[in-house]
Amino acid sequence: MADALPNSDPQTGFPMLRNVGFSGVSVCFSDHLTEAANRAALSFRARVDAAGLPGIIETTTSLTSAFVSYDPTVLPQGTLRDTLAALLEGEDWLAADLPENRRLWRIPASFSGVFAPQLEEAAALAGLTPAQAVDSIAGTQVRVMTLGFAPGQPYLGILPQDWDIPRQTGLTKNLPPGAIAVAIRQLVLFTTETPTGWRQVGRCGFRGFRPEAPNPFALRPGDEIRFDPVSEDRMQDILANDRTGNGAASVEDIL
Amino acid sequence: MTGQLVVHQAGPSVSVQDLGRPGNMAFGLSPGGAADRLAHIEGAVLLGQGLDCASLEMAGFGGEFELTADGCIALTGAPMMAKLDGQPLVWNASHSVLAGQRLSIGSVTAGMYGYLHIAGGIDAPVFLGSRAAHLASGIGALLRAGDELPLGAADGSGRAGMKITVADRFSGGVVRVLPSVQTALFPAETLARFEATDFAPTSRRNRQGVQMHFDGAPFAAGAQLTILSENMIAGDIQMTGVGEPFVLLPECQTTGGYPRIATVIPDDLPKVAQASPATPIRFVFVTHEAALKAHRPPERYRLDVRATLQPLIRDPRNIPDLLGYQLISGAITGWE
Repeated sequence: MADALPNSDPQTGFPMLRNVGFSGVSVCFSDHLTEAANRAALSFRARVDAAGLPGIIETTTSLTSAFVSYDPTVLPQGTLRDTLAALLEGEDWLAADLPENRRLWRIPASFSGVFAPQLEEAAALAGLTPAQAVDSIAGTQVRVMTLGFAPGQPYLGILPQDWDIPRQTGLTKNLPPGAIAVAIRQLVLFTTETPTGWRQVGRCGFRGFRPEAPNPFALRPGDEIRFDPVSEDRMQDILANDRTGNGAASVEDIL
Repeated sequence: MTGQLVVHQAGPSVSVQDLGRPGNMAFGLSPGGAADRLAHIEGAVLLGQGLDCASLEMAGFGGEFELTADGCIALTGAPMMAKLDGQPLVWNASHSVLAGQRLSIGSVTAGMYGYLHIAGGIDAPVFLGSRAAHLASGIGALLRAGDELPLGAADGSGRAGMKITVADRFSGGVVRVLPSVQTALFPAETLARFEATDFAPTSRRNRQGVQMHFDGAPFAAGAQLTILSENMIAGDIQMTGVGEPFVLLPECQTTGGYPRIATVIPDDLPKVAQASPATPIRFVFVTHEAALKAHRPPERYRLDVRATLQPLIRDPRNIPDLLGYQLISGAITGWE
């Protein structure tokens, strides 16, 4: 299976087209996470969606890949691969603009006390004081690079280089929904109670998965988030009183 | 009045299923749906109803059930010990059930997942176009004693006393695979050994995946030790490097960082899901062309199964109230 394309980088082979079983094709832009490769994946997925090929069941992205799920009885594998190769051609996807229809969420979050049990530990690994760590996280407008592990759960990035810290080897039992945890230059905003190797540095009242709502997934890939630090008391108040799942967040379209 | 299905007792893993909800991978939700899609379709054929009618998936053990109105059921998938008011019921067949009769479904006699279908389907809440429980995501839940499930309108469907003939998919054997996203990272000799190795499911399994045991060295991908998470699909075979691989099932996560050596073709995935612990399985690579030729989409499989539909001829020894039947209705009197 020839993976590299005529205009792929001869050194790295990217972008790379790879079959995934009977009904999937992956278009990968990098084997390590960069802002540009994530942007390329988001942009290319939007281009594939816009092409509206009959036989495509759904598209998605991982951190640095776009993925097409298709019905080979309608859309032959060769035709899909040729079409994807043609869509890739003639554009420097690593320099592409982000797709449209993205939103900026401003989410109140507390990075202190009971809501930040591992802030000191994570900050130390990043070589920062706790105050610097909070400034760094709150000062970075992060992007929903992908959603996964649980429905509606965002992986947010990319944080400054300081945050290239490993996950802990042991698991923390049951981080609550709304927990903000950090590792490998990313934040996860947990949607369900789950054990994890990511270190909890904050908490918000935003629920990414709302099964009872008409639109159960609050976030879309490519959306951006800014966490606005609030006091422990304010966060207690939000958690106690918010019934919407928004956790007092505001949202605006990115123009 | 369409009635309800009353659950008097439920096995450890009984849930409402249909063919799942594709279209939400980008939000981190895999399609889910019946672990053995073929069994779901077979029930729809037996009852003459749509594929969107939800069924009950029963892993390993069924339970005790009752209908509150006269109805019709079908039993498919892994055969289980089934009785209606103490009388044995034939598997892969449809049966009349009167209101108040006790339906007991016990252990599997082969395979893993049995299915109970009721004419009209189980009218569980529709979420994103499907009634299927997605347990890993907290959508729906396992059934418990005391549950009362609403049923859909049977609209004239529900033919009791029919049976189908289906190919065995409960005893493992050869499972066809295609390359997956990291197959090329595995050395050729590792891939050859993968095809020559006997695998068997362990008891570590759920609707997300099945762990496979094998004897021998781990199947390690080449150069790359850390792989960035990539999108994954049901059928993918995850190699953990050490330990034992998992074959992913419909409720798998949407991304994963373990290298995947191959992907089971959709037509053979029920065979993996239905393989009980220690059932031997061999993986063999086929071409995409061969997989396409073997592929039977739901509508096609439905037609193929329908062609085997025939009346269930009951063994008179199993009919307790034989004398109550109008056995000679329509016979000539001899005086015409």
